[in-house]
Amino acid sequence: MSVEKKPPRRREGLLFDKSVPGKRGCDMPAWDGPAAAELEPRWTRTDIEGFPELSEREVVRHFTRLSKLNYSNDEGFYPLGSCTMKYNPKVNERIARLEGFAEAHPLMPVESVQGCLQVMADLEKYLCEITGMDAFTLQPAAGAQGEFTGIKMVRAYHQTHGDPRQVVLIPDSAHGTNPASAHLCGYRVEEITSDPRGCVHLSSLKERMKEDVAVLMLTNPNTLGVFEPEIGEICEVVHAGGGLVYLDGANLNAFVGVARPGDMGVDVMHTNLHKTFSTPHGGGGPGSGPVGVKQALAPFLPVPRIVRGEAAAWKWSTDYPHSIGKIHSFYGNFGMHVRAAAYILANGAAGLREIAETAVLNANYLRKKLEGTYHLPYASPSLHEVIFSDRNLERFGVRTLDVAKRLMDYSIHPPTIYFPLIVKGALMIEPTESEGIEDLDAFVDAMLRIAREAEEDPELLRTAPHTTPVGRLDEATAARKPVLRWSHGLGKEVS
Amino acid sequence: MKEPNAAFPPNLRYSKEHEWVRVEGSVGIVGITHYAQSELGDVVFVDLPEKGRALTAGQELGTIESVKAVSEVYAPLSGEVLEANESLRDHPEKVNADPYGEGWLIRLKVADTSELEKLLTAEGYQSHVEEGGH
Amino acid sequence: MRYIPSGPGDRKKLLQALGLDRADQLFDSIPKAYRLQRPLDLPPSQAEADLMTHFRELSRKTLDPHDSAVFLGGGAYRHFIPAVVDHLISRAEFYSSYTPYQPEFSQGTLQSIFEFQTLICQLTGLEAANASLYDGASALAEGILLAHRVKRRRRVVVAGCVHPDYLRVARTLTETLGVEIVEAGALEDGAASLKAVEKVLTADVAAVVVQQPNFLGRLEDVAPLAEAAHRAGALCLVVVNEAVSLGLLKAPGAAGADVALGEAQSFGIPVSYGGPYLGFMAVRSEFVRELPGRLVGQARDAQGRTGYVLTLATREQHIRRERATSNICTNQGLCMLAASLFMATLGKEGMRELAVQNRARAEYAKALLSRTPGCRALFSGPSFNEFVLQVPGDATRIHRKLLEKQIVAGLPLAENFPDRKKELLICVTETNSRAQIDRFARELGREL
Repeated sequence: MSVEKKPPRRREGLLFDKSVPGKRGCDMPAWDGPAAAELEPRWTRTDIEGFPELSEREVVRHFTRLSKLNYSNDEGFYPLGSCTMKYNPKVNERIARLEGFAEAHPLMPVESVQGCLQVMADLEKYLCEITGMDAFTLQPAAGAQGEFTGIKMVRAYHQTHGDPRQVVLIPDSAHGTNPASAHLCGYRVEEITSDPRGCVHLSSLKERMKEDVAVLMLTNPNTLGVFEPEIGEICEVVHAGGGLVYLDGANLNAFVGVARPGDMGVDVMHTNLHKTFSTPHGGGGPGSGPVGVKQALAPFLPVPRIVRGEAAAWKWSTDYPHSIGKIHSFYGNFGMHVRAAAYILANGAAGLREIAETAVLNANYLRKKLEGTYHLPYASPSLHEVIFSDRNLERFGVRTLDVAKRLMDYSIHPPTIYFPLIVKGALMIEPTESEGIEDLDAFVDAMLRIAREAEEDPELLRTAPHTTPVGRLDEATAARKPVLRWSHGLGKEVS
Repeated sequence: MKEPNAAFPPNLRYSKEHEWVRVEGSVGIVGITHYAQSELGDVVFVDLPEKGRALTAGQELGTIESVKAVSEVYAPLSGEVLEANESLRDHPEKVNADPYGEGWLIRLKVADTSELEKLLTAEGYQSHVEEGGH
Repeated sequence: MRYIPSGPGDRKKLLQALGLDRADQLFDSIPKAYRLQRPLDLPPSQAEADLMTHFRELSRKTLDPHDSAVFLGGGAYRHFIPAVVDHLISRAEFYSSYTPYQPEFSQGTLQSIFEFQTLICQLTGLEAANASLYDGASALAEGILLAHRVKRRRRVVVAGCVHPDYLRVARTLTETLGVEIVEAGALEDGAASLKAVEKVLTADVAAVVVQQPNFLGRLEDVAPLAEAAHRAGALCLVVVNEAVSLGLLKAPGAAGADVALGEAQSFGIPVSYGGPYLGFMAVRSEFVRELPGRLVGQARDAQGRTGYVLTLATREQHIRRERATSNICTNQGLCMLAASLFMATLGKEGMRELAVQNRARAEYAKALLSRTPGCRALFSGPSFNEFVLQVPGDATRIHRKLLEKQIVAGLPLAENFPDRKKELLICVTETNSRAQIDRFARELGREL
């Protein structure tokens, strides 16, 4: 493969540099009523300095061109570990845009929005069945908010029992949102080390499980893609010590329809609708992180909650004196609830199980094909994702970062890199069920070529990517002297 | 006997957390080591304490940020902060380029010079780093 | 299953490559005790056409906004969304991509964030803005935490009338860190009382929070409140619920705010029964390293080409973990893009005109409704597109009666403020025609 060809110059300037005074992209609807009496100058602004003035055509050109600078999941393989970049069904976009959903104002009287409430009530029910939990809240807007919500409920639970505890235990392999969320709930975080299998060190846990521990936050399968084989004992140890078990449900795609966290002893967990349940990643959101609890924690769920009112109609109730309060301005990301509900109905029980089977099958296939070439830090069986490291490339002076950057030249999005932290130079690959054998083989092929390139031409990798609109950016200077906005006098890009 | 190594200047004392200190009379000059700056990567921001702040040995005095990491910096000795290296505000890269010279972090009025005994010599620190640095 | 590309033949190939006979052998690492012996109890899988039928039926249960007159605000605003917005956010390159952690593959997303950050700075009159937050309420919580961190003080004073649900959320999200939110809620003609605020401006106050326009629709005089806050060594946080107001009203930064934050749902995002929405936050440059959430900055590559990259990441959870400025991971990506598209399409003049028109319609409605016998606009001071109408009777009952006529007469305030039994919070936007407003006034008159 030739890498000498120059990348196409697809630079696109900033909106503000294209602005021409007097242009507009939109006309206001006609108003035949009287104008309002003017506000005194002290209330108003005279200008929006620097705000762009463009025609509709230019806006469309600009953003269409910007879109072409992106690689996306609909275009090709996007194996980000722990992100579950699965296919986003298009019918879900249609459903979410149905007027009765998109144009329903959240403060409409409940009798006039029964369909919206039905969707949410149904989703709560489906999620309970899928996870084995007893009740759900759909309010958290993302996984991290879900974690905060869950830990806050744990705190409320312990406080109600007159037993405030100070510590949250988190495995060293955990996602950064876990300790951040625990800290925001006022807890002290302590790490539990992983054993050589990459799993929670059960004897360390037994030793540490004392009465100051409120909760153990677990991911299962963990961030190495390995199922915690002692999950039952882990939950028992924590419960025996009076603590609770929180499950980070980011990896639910590994066993949806096959097993349920609620059956393993988990007390509270969050799900990620933008992972397991196919809602689009949107370039960074919106997500949705519904939280499920066992009955003992149900009194602490955020309000309002959906309940049956008169004549079996749905309504909102705040009659929960022990609730932790409110997490979201309204009821959560309803637009994502609709999409997730549609996804669950499209799949049914059989479809969900097939998802897990295929996701695990695909990940293990990649593991098999790559483990001869890339270093596998943990021999434990993988479920839906597999972690490699760059140890086998070290002698060529090539690191995980270089492999990731070079993959872009093969039109493949890099896997997650440098996470989890317990693996030096981690390459975390999650294909999901949405890849066919051809795409898997193409990925394997690219990875094997890159391994050869590492030996034959390491500099090629160290300076990759070569075919993208920009090369590696100087992030150090960007952080030292941050330029976070356009302003007059910011150099115009010469295209 | 180990070869003298520019990464481990012999006239300094070192902590296990990769800080160095040079004591001149009752004043201690503190910075992070060559090993520390290379682990961190390109330094982008340094957060240092105000003049007059009292520190005890082992206490966190500030943080150093690179693009991808943040590291706490701990006081190797107890004392009062006399001066923080203001030039790092605009030129944090000095910590990478010259960690033992222009990349110094703070000057400290040393409370108890006997605390130096608890710190490592250049040789001791070099062994510490070679054993993994933890 | 139709979303899975592997056919049965492929499956076999993959299993064979692993030396397995059956798919369930893949789950040998899950203890048998936990493996389900039954399929999940869910409705059977549905074809696309049946999904559409099912959800269409549910969506039709919503009172059709085209057959009715809806005058609701209260933190979510019905505005016209130009076709350009949905068209461009539906591009797969935007919605099916991930957070731009690999900048070389994500310049589209990154540049659009840089532009959004700029637009928010321009509207708020402040110097640095982030890539968005979950919603206005969590933005308020984040703003309070920022003030708490910067000032190392635990109290926050709320002036005037801030959205009650925003305060509920702010409390839930900040109380465990020891933050105390004190409401200096006394009102003068529906707006904050400077005297009441000054009374509680003690040395342990990190910030004074004021909403503009406030929850009751009234414009707040921010400058004196900001000055009082600064004299006490505290920050001034301005909360915005109705972002369209920024097109007309004095920029928060110009009025003395240190932080402007809130909800940008009005910019091209449908009301969608409460979410997803779009929180935003902008700050003075001295606080940029305290900003939660993602930040995009300019950078250059080795060939000198300008690009955009996530920066100052060391504030964030994936690096600082428990010492992060926040636990936030996602922003509201696609909602942010919708807002950028909206702002770019309307442009400088459109943003101003939209705001002016909203106010014109609201003032017309205010005048007309006040002429209904027994009714009056409760406050005489200026408002934007929301106002409180006092009615001669139980507002909730009148509201229910008008609903029978397909008129949603705003929000009865008694739900949040038990003393305000005779008050309705009416919102009028450019989606409410003159005919609708006239009909509202007529039916209200008939009801009373």
